[in-house]
Formats: sequence, C-alpha cells, structure tokens
Amino acid sequence: MAKITFITSSNEKITVAATEGSVMELAVNNNVQGIDGDCGGVCSCATCHVFVAPEDVDKVGVASEIETDMLELADDANEYSRLCCQIPVTDAIDNVVFTVAK
Amino acid sequence: MCTSKDICVIIGASHAGVNTAFNLRKEKWLGKIILIDADPELPYHRPPLSKTYLTANTSTTNLLKPIESYKKDNITLLLGKKVTRLDAVNRCLFLDNETKIDYTKLVLATGAKPIIPTIEGLKETASYFCLRTAADIVAIKESYNASKTKKVVIIGGGYIGLETAASLKKIGAEVVVLERESRILKRVATAVISDFFRDLHTQNGVQILENKEVSKVENTLENGVKVTKVHCTDASYFTAEVLIVGVGVIPNTELAKQAGLKLKNGISVANTGETSNLNIYAVGDCAYHYNLHYKTYVRLESVQNAVDQSKIIAANICGNPLIYNTIPWFWSDQYNVKLQIVGLAENYTDYIVREEQDKENVISVWYFNNDELLAVNAINHTKAYVFGTKFIKESKKIAKEKLADTSIPLSKDIAVVN
Repeated sequence: MAKITFITSSNEKITVAATEGSVMELAVNNNVQGIDGDCGGVCSCATCHVFVAPEDVDKVGVASEIETDMLELADDANEYSRLCCQIPVTDAIDNVVFTVAK
Repeated sequence: MCTSKDICVIIGASHAGVNTAFNLRKEKWLGKIILIDADPELPYHRPPLSKTYLTANTSTTNLLKPIESYKKDNITLLLGKKVTRLDAVNRCLFLDNETKIDYTKLVLATGAKPIIPTIEGLKETASYFCLRTAADIVAIKESYNASKTKKVVIIGGGYIGLETAASLKKIGAEVVVLERESRILKRVATAVISDFFRDLHTQNGVQILENKEVSKVENTLENGVKVTKVHCTDASYFTAEVLIVGVGVIPNTELAKQAGLKLKNGISVANTGETSNLNIYAVGDCAYHYNLHYKTYVRLESVQNAVDQSKIIAANICGNPLIYNTIPWFWSDQYNVKLQIVGLAENYTDYIVREEQDKENVISVWYFNNDELLAVNAINHTKAYVFGTKFIKESKKIAKEKLADTSIPLSKDIAVVN
C-alpha cells in the first residue's frame, strides 16, 4: 500500500492510497483537479503532467525516452516533470508528493 | 449570462459529452446540467477494445470519471435512456419512455455509429460484432472465450480493425484481416505506413489480406463447430467463429435532422461549436467544422478533437467567446508499436520518410504541400511527433534536404529560420 499526496494548482492537498494501477489512474479516480488522462494512460496526451518533489526523485525514478519527448510539448516542463500515467503505484513510492502542473 | 434556472442538456456521454459537462462547471454554468446516453454504463474511454480492455483481466471498463465527480459537479446522469424526439421550436426533448425534458441550451455529442456494409447474409449472421460500445466488447470477449477454434475474421483494415487484430492476437486468436482496398490504412496514410503495419501484423502472425471484398457470409458447420464462412468476390473464403466488422462509422445526425439543423457530413457547426440553431451546439465525432489552420472543413473522429472542442463549446455556452483553432492529433498503439500523428495530410504534394539510423522501427513520414509542412506520422518516434507539432503550429518552413538526410539527427535545426 502506497500513500500518495497530490497538490493541485489551487493548493488543495489530497492524500490517497492504493496498491496498483498508475498514479494517473489514482488521481483521476480521486478527483484530483488538473489531471485529465485524456488518452487513457498510453503516454500520448501529456494531460497528466506532474512535478515530483525534489526529495522524492530517487523513489519515483526517471522518465522513459517517449515520456521525456512528450514532455517537450508542455511549456512548463522541468527536471522534476513526469507524466504520471507512466508511474506505477508500488510500495516504492510510498509518501511521495506530486504537484499537479497547470 | 446564465442563471440557476437555466438547463443545459447534453446528449451523448463519451469523451465529448462528458468533457463538455465538466467544462461547463469550470466556466461557471450555474444551472442544471443533464447528461443523457442510451448506453447504460458509467461513461468510459472508447473504444475500449483498441486499448487494453480485451487483454486486461479486469471486467470493468476504463471510466472517464469516477461517479463521485458527477456528484461533486452536480451533473445529472441519465444513462440507458434514448432520446427519441427533439423539438427545437419549444426547446425540449423526449426520452423513449416519453419523459419530457426542457433545455435552455442543448449540446449534441451524439458521436457516430458503425457502418454495416451491405453483405449478403451478414445481418442474418448472429455472430458478428462491431466495435463501439462496452456491450460490443463484452460480446466479443464472451464469443471469443466460447469459441473452440479461436478463429477470428475482421472485415476492415483501418485503425480500429488493426488495433483489434493486435489485441486479439495477444490473447492467442488466429486472426485474418480482410481489406477491400489495395492496401490497409489507404484512406488515412501513405503506403510507407501501410507497409510498416502490414509487416508488423504479419510478423505477429496476423494474416493481412488486401484487395479482398467480402461478398457473402453464411453460417455453416466445420468439423462439428458452428462457424461463419466469409466469401470474397475472388472466390476465396475464410471461416470464423468470431466475425468483426470495422469498416468505419457514420455520424449520428437523426436528432439534428429532426431539429432542422444544417447538415453536411455530420452536423455543421461554426468555430464556436454553434449549429444553425443558436441554442444548439454540436461537439466531437458528429460535428462538421472548419479547421482554421488548414482552411478546410473536417469531421474528426478522435479523442483530441472531442476534448478540445468541449472546452470551446462550454466557454461559448457560458458567454465567453472562444473559437476552435487546433492542430488535430491522434495515436494508435498496436503490439509494442506506437504511432503518433499530428496534422492533416490531405492534399499533400510530396512527403519525406526518415528511417532513423541505428534504430530499428523508428520511422517518421513528413507530409508537405509544397513548402508547407502539413502532417507527421511518427512510428516509435515521439521526438518527430513533438517537433512536427511545434513546426506545424508555428508554420515553420522545413529544410527538406536536411530532413531527408538521416545522418543529421532530428532537431529543431531542420526548420529554416525565418
């Protein structure tokens, strides 16, 4: 079971827990504003852009090549950017904080 | 602009309809929002088969939004209800149980329905399936699981047919795809793309047969198993326990017609999403609209179009004038291959194919109308897709000789500095 916190652009803090699925699915299923997941989670739309808290980067891991390229479409992407449909929910990311991109 | 007494009714609860409902709340629509669909399921991603639904072990569909979201945004869902009559003069509609619903504004997100080709015996064949709704997919799954020979024939080699072939192959089906045209994907892509996907499917054990026009289907027995015999005009035939028809869709315009709306290859809309009736809007697969970038009328069957149009329509309904001006994009996942498309390649004069050096199956096709980059089809090549998107949006000219030279890595330098 991983406990994950999302911080939305209106500064709402939502903490939820899951054992499976992707971080995008978790966000959508829990009404996290700003994470749409329009493509259903196949790394094709960049509507699930989040920033990983700097101290959590090691836990979450790095983006794949496709994901890095897709992030080029987001104007505000930076070194902490991820498309959260590509992050599986596992115990490894327990207590991680994601800030939703605008 | 709007008051709490206003009612916005949305007919159709797929990507376009659902997103319109939620965007209306974002745009501060104060009144009621009623979302109606004949499908009884809570709205889901479509078409479920072409994604991972068939291969997943779960029995649930991929929901667009959890039920709590509709409650939170006070969106009334009327699922499993068919709208049978639309009275645009009195601004009301009727459900199949004759319930009357009034509206202030109406949004037609009625989508499209599968084309059923006129093939002798097809309608009498109990075991043929289309690919549109969750019920279709459940039926295919059940029929497939019950089949003894696992033989599947798919009529139609477009994206839907091919994605379905890939999904079924993954679970062990013996799949034959019959395409009437000289090559698969002929309507939507150049021969390079058709060739790539023909090879991909062949390598994965799917039989792709082109120039195969189906003339007749019949139910028969083969080795004691009830099968459908699919005959082609060249006298060849194929047997199937599961027959799937994926030859395209036509927009659902019956209600629009009843309302006397202007129709042309779908429901004609302005750049605001407004139809020829100022209280009725149309969005998504059913909307025939003008693309400002390409200066042409189009009707697009894509998630991108549904999602982006829904934002424009919601804003306009709430009195915030916005016009639809986007570059279309689309994707298709088959096996472990990702195809990403940006732009409209219609009316291209020439194209350039890049096969990246030292990288297997990393290909991009760049379509031009003389100097203008129209579209990019990128196979396993998100970088090409992303650059293409940027270049098209910014109307950048491309140094074609650099683009064609694969010894030069793909970078923003292939655009000519204006």
